[in-house]
Amino acid sequence: MGFLICLKHIYPGYFLSVVVIRVLSFQSSVFAFRAKFRCLAHGIIWLSASISVISSYPISFEMKYTFWNFVPKNLFEQFRRIANFYFLIIFLVQLIIDTPTSPVTSGLPLLFVITVTAIKQGYEDWLRHKADNAINHCPVHFIQHGKLVRKQSQKLRVGDIVMVKENETFPCDLIFLSSSRGDGTCFVTTTGLDGESSQKTYYAVQDTKAFHNEQEIDALHATIECEQPQPDLYKPLGSENLLLRGATLKNTEKIFGVAIYTGMETKMALNYQSKSQKRSAVEKSMNVFLVVYLGILVSKAVINTVLKYAWQSDPFRDEPWYNQKTEPEKKRNLFLQAFTDFLAFMVLFNYIIPVSMYVTVEMQKFLGSYFLAWDEEMFDEGTGEGPLVNTSDLNEELGQIEYVFTDKTGTLTENNMEFVECCIEGHVYIPHVICNVSSLMSLTHGPQNREELFFRALCLCHTVQVKDDDSVDGLEKDEVPRKPCVYISSSPDEVALVEGIQRLGYTFLRLKENYMEILNRENNIEKFELLEVFSFDSVRRRMSVIVRSPTGDIFLFCKGADSSIFPRVKEGKIDQVRSRVQRNAVEGLRTLCVAYKKLSAEEYSDVQELLQGAKLALQERDKKLAEVYEQIETDFILLGATAVEDRLQEKAADTIEALQKAGIKVWVLTGDKMETAAATCYACKLFRRNTQILELTTKKIEEQSLHDVLFDLNKTVIRQNGSLTRDTFSGLSADTQDYGLIIDGAALSLIMKPRYDGSSGNYREIFLNICRNCTAVLCCRMAPLQKAQIVKLIKLSKERPITLAIGDGANDVSMILEAHVGIGVIGKEGRQAARNSDYAIPKFKHLKKMLLVHGHFYYIRISELVQYFFYKNVCFIFPQFLYQFFCGFSQQTLYDTAYLTLYNISFTSLPILLYSLMEQHVSPETLKREPSLDVAKNALLRWHAFVYWTFLGVFDAVVFFFGAYFLLNNTVVTSNGQIFGNWTFGTVVFTVLVFTVTFKLAIDTHYWTWINHFVIWGSLVFYIVFSLLWGGITWPFLNYQRMYYVFMQMLSSGPAWLGIILLITVSLLPDVLKKVLCRELWPTATERIQVNNLFHCEVRHFLYYKCLIT
Amino acid sequence: HSTSEIIILKAAEFKKTKIDYTGTEPSSPCNKCLNVSWDSTPPCTCTINFTLEHAFESNVFMYYGLSNFYQNHRRYVKSRDDSQLNGDNSSLLNPSKECEPYRTNEDKPIAPCGAIANSMFNDTLELYRIDNDTRTPITLIKKGIAWWTDKNVKFRNPTGDGNNLTALFQGTTKPVNWPKPVYMLDSEPDNNGFINEDFIVWMRTAALPTFRKLYRLIERKNNFQPTLQAGKYSLDIAYNYPVHSFDGRKRMILSTISWMGGKNPFLGIAYITVGSICFFLGVVLLFIHHKYGNRNTSADIPN
Repeated sequence: MGFLICLKHIYPGYFLSVVVIRVLSFQSSVFAFRAKFRCLAHGIIWLSASISVISSYPISFEMKYTFWNFVPKNLFEQFRRIANFYFLIIFLVQLIIDTPTSPVTSGLPLLFVITVTAIKQGYEDWLRHKADNAINHCPVHFIQHGKLVRKQSQKLRVGDIVMVKENETFPCDLIFLSSSRGDGTCFVTTTGLDGESSQKTYYAVQDTKAFHNEQEIDALHATIECEQPQPDLYKPLGSENLLLRGATLKNTEKIFGVAIYTGMETKMALNYQSKSQKRSAVEKSMNVFLVVYLGILVSKAVINTVLKYAWQSDPFRDEPWYNQKTEPEKKRNLFLQAFTDFLAFMVLFNYIIPVSMYVTVEMQKFLGSYFLAWDEEMFDEGTGEGPLVNTSDLNEELGQIEYVFTDKTGTLTENNMEFVECCIEGHVYIPHVICNVSSLMSLTHGPQNREELFFRALCLCHTVQVKDDDSVDGLEKDEVPRKPCVYISSSPDEVALVEGIQRLGYTFLRLKENYMEILNRENNIEKFELLEVFSFDSVRRRMSVIVRSPTGDIFLFCKGADSSIFPRVKEGKIDQVRSRVQRNAVEGLRTLCVAYKKLSAEEYSDVQELLQGAKLALQERDKKLAEVYEQIETDFILLGATAVEDRLQEKAADTIEALQKAGIKVWVLTGDKMETAAATCYACKLFRRNTQILELTTKKIEEQSLHDVLFDLNKTVIRQNGSLTRDTFSGLSADTQDYGLIIDGAALSLIMKPRYDGSSGNYREIFLNICRNCTAVLCCRMAPLQKAQIVKLIKLSKERPITLAIGDGANDVSMILEAHVGIGVIGKEGRQAARNSDYAIPKFKHLKKMLLVHGHFYYIRISELVQYFFYKNVCFIFPQFLYQFFCGFSQQTLYDTAYLTLYNISFTSLPILLYSLMEQHVSPETLKREPSLDVAKNALLRWHAFVYWTFLGVFDAVVFFFGAYFLLNNTVVTSNGQIFGNWTFGTVVFTVLVFTVTFKLAIDTHYWTWINHFVIWGSLVFYIVFSLLWGGITWPFLNYQRMYYVFMQMLSSGPAWLGIILLITVSLLPDVLKKVLCRELWPTATERIQVNNLFHCEVRHFLYYKCLIT
Repeated sequence: HSTSEIIILKAAEFKKTKIDYTGTEPSSPCNKCLNVSWDSTPPCTCTINFTLEHAFESNVFMYYGLSNFYQNHRRYVKSRDDSQLNGDNSSLLNPSKECEPYRTNEDKPIAPCGAIANSMFNDTLELYRIDNDTRTPITLIKKGIAWWTDKNVKFRNPTGDGNNLTALFQGTTKPVNWPKPVYMLDSEPDNNGFINEDFIVWMRTAALPTFRKLYRLIERKNNFQPTLQAGKYSLDIAYNYPVHSFDGRKRMILSTISWMGGKNPFLGIAYITVGSICFFLGVVLLFIHHKYGNRNTSADIPN
């Protein structure tokens, strides 16, 4: 749907007119609402209907809070998270009923988490408020009562007339009424919107461009009809008179415009709307584990409650003479009592789901993302840009990628176009070879007329602008500037063409007042009147201009992809041009065909009529325009073709090779034609010489039916698959045949098209099966939406692979948003892709390190983090569970409150956080050289790993508890015969616990820095120091002194020391044993690499010592 | 494994005797006392004779042991007021809510309050050596059985004018089950009131339902004869503490102790076992490494 603005009726001087702003709902023709603005005497516009045109100016939409509602609203938001809510419930239960642990144990960590999050969110919101205020208060010039008034931009209302000066940013979406430039144009850069630095020309509404001063403007009364606000920035609207907020006025002294969308409804604001939340596979498995643990927790509580009532069915157990219940307890209803007991057990075991895990994961992701942003190797000197992290939620997903979908132009290639040759009527012109005009002339054999037309066509049929720094508009310069022009365009192809043509003797000078000036070979200036521009779009794949030559002839020049031009050509040397185009395409050059037709004056007026009709259409304007274009762009005479080279980005081949070696399937999705794209694929080693290419193209489908083609291909790959069992370790073993698939957009849409007999699913399955068996796939002639479709197809296939899409242009945004991870290349075609992506990198080559090194590290780090957290809490809580069997299921805690509270917060928190930030199990260089597959398919968080960790936790917990039991049960462990109580028992278990889980982490750590040493040993020292202090004095604020001197007494006992050392050893033994055995007998790829490195290291040392000796 | 050996050797030197005097068996001298109540006066007494096969050379520690007694029950563990026991005067008269239902009696605050204090072990054990039908009492020392820090820091009598404990505990009442108030636990002022060591020992709740607590010390007198010679002994029990109602048992234990504490076979066995396993695994892994390890390193070296 196009955006439609038209100033319909102008009644200058009409005293009391009605301005109607009609807002169309864009799905249907129903008017969403109609608001009336009544124009009073001097053009003061006021609202007569309540209309939700938001006047103020909030740029941020996530801004949620005001000073007053911050606390309640933020708390509400936070407790909507299921984890926080769970902890809140636990806390409340502790407050309400008599529970074994004090509310502090869960209240304090919860308070900590909530406070930290609230501070973070509050700070972010404050920043937004500040930014908002800055914008809301920035001055805007209004026209009121025929005078210029300065007001704050938040006072801006729909219908206000605004004046913008040069280099100012538009405060809202404006209809361009008039300009200080005589021709009613202005220049605008949209750097602030999409990063494109080229200047675009906008045109004032024809009927109002004569209104130049405030008084004239103020006398204006008009009706504006416009669509409901919608976010699409890039629809090629009839929007040459819609100035978007966020863009900047250039090279124009001032303009007047009327505000049509303000505040939240501007396109800029609508475009900021947050993307759908992507969640990583790790997060999903984490949530599954949480549910499992919740199940374990509930069943533990149920088991204990049932056992408790079974056990105390004997009254002497329930209430022995030495331990009577209070009166209220005695009277309590049995079921209520049982339920209270259940809740109490829940509270006792609730630490098994640690609140701190969420904080640690958040911190790990947030801090960890800096490692990416700070990576110097990923910093591009050329552009001065480093990687951008737009979300840190997907860090670990980078290490899980199975499919990479990459755009070709600007991603694999430089998007640095160079004009290579042109072919006119079958004759080839190469500007590099023929530099001077005379030799070129001598080479020309074809009809002069066609050649001249060809060059003029290239000079005229484009949207390139000349960057004029010093030449001020309005100043008539008779002398033509001789300096080489600098061209700006959103399409590098066009710049390359115009520059190439310049070398062939024709220079495009400028577009001035609808006249395009060309300097021809004879150094004469030719002026062509620009009548119409049919701008380029990716569906038509061509653009046209209609110009009037100095001699008064009207020409339509068209340039576009060969596939869109050839069918429309009625004469010209088609065969020669076609063969040349194909030859160039095979070499990987980008080709365009140029054609023209001459229009008579009558034909032109017909064209004008058609266009006008379409442009004024309120609904389906795009479609109507496209139809008109289709109608006009026919019966061409072919002039020739151009070839532009787009060089491969440095190390693109190396990157693709490395990705494939890591078992990642790389697909190239491009809008280019098959030959060009295939050539690029060969150049970047996506296809190799021995790759067998399977084609699934329109041409092939025309020969056979789609059904047959699919089944044939399927048979081919299956035969291969059946005869050879593939080595899962290296997808590239030499003896297996590699397949590469080429598919084009038309064939894809045939496959995707739903069939009434329901067989489409079948086709899709076959297609997926073929793809699965191909190492590389090239999809050419893809429309942007098809790119997203492909990504979605793979994403939802039955293996649920993790996908990554990388691209640099606006046409890649849809697939970037669709894929699990979207990566934008900070490229030449604006920042659209980078802005919508999850991560942005300067060059394609950086993908290698990003996926193979950073992603890999992120993954192993976070998976260890998640597993370890559950492990250490099983170790922590399971002894408490066991203790219930020895304390009459009375919910007596094993550990002191301080230990319960601080275990996750301080004793064991930092080492794992640091591990999850720093760990490198093999060096980055090794990973780059030998990408390891051990982490594929979420391997470290699969069920067997989870079960292993859980059982390790249970084993350790059993060792701690029964170790302490046998050590202390009925024995004396002091030299003075004195006896330890229950708190010493708990402290022994807790000490073993803290040391074991910390040592376990130390065993898992491969990458030791001083900070690791500091944190790991520091945590243990902190535990000891804290315990000494905690038991060292009687704390006046506590109503119990149960830990007084307990820790010191424990340390004074020899058997306690021996026992603690023994238990730590026994707990660590199975894990060490498993590690050693697996490493020796079934080493994973990573471990082989580690051993190799060690071996190399040893060899190096050996040689070094040998050198020393000799 | 030298550590384990030392532990084993040490364990072998330990001497230990255990006498169960619960009296559930009809033949037991204490059977008559099985169903005593708290305040039976005069107390039911019984005597158990036993023989030591070996002499106890070093200092002997006398314990009482209870089983099936849940001192670690949550309702029990928390049923105390540490600030009252620390001599805080306001807590003395207004004990913590945690002490319920042993907080007040007849509107007077209980000192010491709570279930733990209320159920303090109150059997009296006396040991006699029987030598040619003469009963020689053995001196049992009742100080030094509690943690020093408990006795001197954590437990304190209330403060006030003078040292008269009776006056200081004015306004409080004795725990329901006690025959005497807290300030009459002992005749010696530094072992009376809250700082009575028997009381302090009892107040340190045991971790497990079967536990023992230090009751008395028997010091070696001189170097010429052992602390307890081999021979006949008798244990006189003032049987006050009922355990039959909850299937509990009562024991008296005599034990010698080294710097490693009492007899504890667990550590020694565990060290030997773990040591052997480690050694065995070491050998196995060495073998595996020789057999498979080299293959891995040599096979996959790139280049």
